[in-house]
Amino acid sequence: MHLAYPAVLAALLFSVGLYGVLARRNVVLVLISVELMLNAVNLNLVAFDVWLRDELHAGQSLTLFTIAVAAAEIGIGLAIVLLVYRNRGSSNLDELRDLVERDPGDDNSDGDAGDNTSRPTASAAAAPKGEVTA
Amino acid sequence: MSGLVLLGAERGFLSPTGVEITFLLVGLVTLGGAVLAVTSRQLVHAALWLVVALGGIAVLYLLLTAEFIAWVQVLIYVGSVVVLLLFGLMLTKAPIGPSPDADSGNRWVALAVALATAATLVTVVVDAFRTAWIELDVPQGTTEIVGRSLFRHWVLPFEALSLLLLAALVGAIVLSRRKKERR
Repeated sequence: MHLAYPAVLAALLFSVGLYGVLARRNVVLVLISVELMLNAVNLNLVAFDVWLRDELHAGQSLTLFTIAVAAAEIGIGLAIVLLVYRNRGSSNLDELRDLVERDPGDDNSDGDAGDNTSRPTASAAAAPKGEVTA
Repeated sequence: MSGLVLLGAERGFLSPTGVEITFLLVGLVTLGGAVLAVTSRQLVHAALWLVVALGGIAVLYLLLTAEFIAWVQVLIYVGSVVVLLLFGLMLTKAPIGPSPDADSGNRWVALAVALATAATLVTVVVDAFRTAWIELDVPQGTTEIVGRSLFRHWVLPFEALSLLLLAALVGAIVLSRRKKERR
């Protein structure tokens, strides 16, 4: 088999995952896209390992390590997502703007007040703060 | 250029072998599943299309004679990661029907970036590995081979990985535990 087939497919999968990471709003969908990118890398590792006939089988061992790290990452990531959802009532990435740089001349630039003026729907969803049972 | 093509291409791209045709078909299914997973407006469907993409990749591992990786892929990715993602969608109260705001406003910028990345990567990869050929006569990834190399040469990273998994487990429990006292 030509090495170009798995290599090109991995490049395309990586690009699809990159599009998902940049374009999605929901955090869980971003995590799905990250999984796609990790799988593209794994496909490359396995293909090159089989091509090189590595004596140590570094590619396949590294693929196993990557799979385990990805499992750990998805567990921690979903725990963080659930925590954010429980505290904010939203899991959309573009509503989590607490660290945004505001105008220094703005009077009510502290915390929730700024959110209320800029984004009424988000603050309405975050009203039962900490009480949303996940 | 024609000399380079002739150099490694007594096997041309125009006369694919059976393995290559199967790889191409399964690869198309995988790519289609991946595209639908990142463009679907129904959140649960996106997670289910991810199953198609990950399962397709497992079949591709089988075609590359990496059996052990293929079954690990089925067990961990299709079996547990997708279930975790579905739980995540469910616990964040994802809407069941189509949600029109699944994509953010910068999707066209994202599309441009992704297309540029794909064009660059595919150009470079095809230019570099156009003449490389994988011999698939001897299986390279049976359980015996992978286990032998894993426990002979990669023992220390393997043990470190178990520590990492333990840390991730403890971290996930600590993060998702509900605090008794009000902060």
